[in-house]
Amino acid sequence: MTSTGSTIEPPTTRAMVGASVDQPDAGIARRRWMSVLKHAGLIALSVVMVYPLIWLVVSSFKPNEKIFSDLSIFTGDLTFENYLHGWTSQQLPFSVFLVNSSILVLGAIVGNLISCSLAAYAFARLRFWGRNAFFAIMLGTIMLPFHVVLVPQFVIFRELGWLETFLPLIVPKFLAADAFFIFLMVQFIRGLPKEIFEAARIDGAGQFRIYSQITLPLMVPALATTAIFTFIWTWGDFFGPLIYLRTRENFPVSIALKGFVDAQSSSDYGAMFAMSVVSLIPLFLAFLIGQRYLIKGFATTGIK
Amino acid sequence: MSSLGELRTLARAARSSGPRVKEKHPDNKAGFLFLLPWLVGILVFTVGPMLASLYLAFTDYNLLQPPTWAGIDNFVRMLGDARLWNSFRVTLVYVFVSVPLQLALALGVAMLLDRGMRGLSFYRSVFYLPSLLGGSVAIAILWRQVFGKEGIVNGFLSWFGIEGPGWIAHPDFALGTIIVLHIWTFGSPMVIFLAGLRQIPDMFYEAAEVDGAGRVRRFFSITLPLLTPIIFFNLVLQVIFAFQSFTQAYIVSGGTGGPSDSTMFFTLYLYKQAFTELNMGYASAMAWFLLLVIGAITGLNFWLSKYWVFYDD
Repeated sequence: MTSTGSTIEPPTTRAMVGASVDQPDAGIARRRWMSVLKHAGLIALSVVMVYPLIWLVVSSFKPNEKIFSDLSIFTGDLTFENYLHGWTSQQLPFSVFLVNSSILVLGAIVGNLISCSLAAYAFARLRFWGRNAFFAIMLGTIMLPFHVVLVPQFVIFRELGWLETFLPLIVPKFLAADAFFIFLMVQFIRGLPKEIFEAARIDGAGQFRIYSQITLPLMVPALATTAIFTFIWTWGDFFGPLIYLRTRENFPVSIALKGFVDAQSSSDYGAMFAMSVVSLIPLFLAFLIGQRYLIKGFATTGIK
Repeated sequence: MSSLGELRTLARAARSSGPRVKEKHPDNKAGFLFLLPWLVGILVFTVGPMLASLYLAFTDYNLLQPPTWAGIDNFVRMLGDARLWNSFRVTLVYVFVSVPLQLALALGVAMLLDRGMRGLSFYRSVFYLPSLLGGSVAIAILWRQVFGKEGIVNGFLSWFGIEGPGWIAHPDFALGTIIVLHIWTFGSPMVIFLAGLRQIPDMFYEAAEVDGAGRVRRFFSITLPLLTPIIFFNLVLQVIFAFQSFTQAYIVSGGTGGPSDSTMFFTLYLYKQAFTELNMGYASAMAWFLLLVIGAITGLNFWLSKYWVFYDD
């Protein structure tokens, strides 16, 4: 590719696009073609990206024997049967697993919002001994593979008698174990105008009051990002429940779905697809509602 | 982007970690009160367990009897454990293929999504959605069927008269399907790249245009250098996280790491050692090995960064 006419135009042409310059038509036509080509490519990519999801949803409404014999997503033969059957196919009704997941999610959100905002306020606004060292440690834990703490944590929770309870999955959240969110909130608080905090100090407000009555209301966007990410991650979490919850009544949705893979001999694909869709609906809603916060939160921290 | 500032501080700290001038600490009491939950958490759930697992790495421990000191036996055993090295190789292939491809796609698409273009928010949503769903069990289950013998991939190939294999069940292709799944989630780094692109001031491009720089030249002389800190940031984190992937390999392989251990990720093998075989000491040794590998590669990434990452300060 070599540079084209547009690059050697004098700077003034920028201000007079559309006015008559040398060969404007050729440039515009070419640009329009590029644009069409680009959109065609992006739309093709969009289709590739979304097609599996659409296929999943459509298949979940197809009669079992048709799912693989007719791969098309355009079909008239739809049924709700898979949902009715899938709901009870894992011995307990799927509502049990949905409730379990919801409890885990709720606990994790409350825990993260409280503990991470407290820590973030300290890191962002307070000057105390060892702050920079603690901050570095906190950043380090974001990158720490959890496997190095896996076995001892398991032993601790076993000694506490917390196996087969939700506590191992919730209590750490109340102790700010998700350092990523501390980081996100620190970034946010640092971006707030300093004058607000100085004014509050001059008015004689204590640190806890500045935290609860000034900082928290101002950092609602960061809190929302945290809540939504916590929702999505906890809902999808697989490893934690896999090792701590082994009886069926305690299964969250992610582990209940695993049952379909384990018992593939039954080959009830319709039920499997239907319950997969059920498990994705809350994530999809979270995405729709929180998209703005998700994308913003992402952009400020850059961590998945 | 403020996270870049953070990263720069880290990079600088890595270069010169001299002590800083001591400041007063007016908020000692409040500071530690606010930090208390985190401090308790870090001691009880991170620092303590890290020390404990370092100790356990040198013991035989099956959870039922107290650990017995085994010296370096676990590490010697690791050296001769062919399955372990296979799992390590599988993980390396996964990390070094899927991360660059995912980032390249994310960057490429982000470049196409111009500011203010028609349909921008539609494209962004469509590309971003999979990255939110991609970690879930449901999607991994879906993947098993998409790449199954009668799945939609082979359905598509059959249009061209190609009869595809059962990708998931084939030892040469199973890992590839998990790599494709990772690439499918390119939306999250793409969003970060988009934010980075928006930070590049228009005047740079205007000035370059005045100087007669073409599109290609502008990309290589302005866009790419100014994006390198963000590319680096994404690269470091994606590599760290990719090493720890678990769910997708577990579900896609039905919990076996098969066929023929071709999707036996290091983390999956570690899980099996710890919770199926109850070789908790051995699993701890493996975990420390993983930590050292990730640490070394991250360190290497930081070291290499001075050759290609452009900081304008």
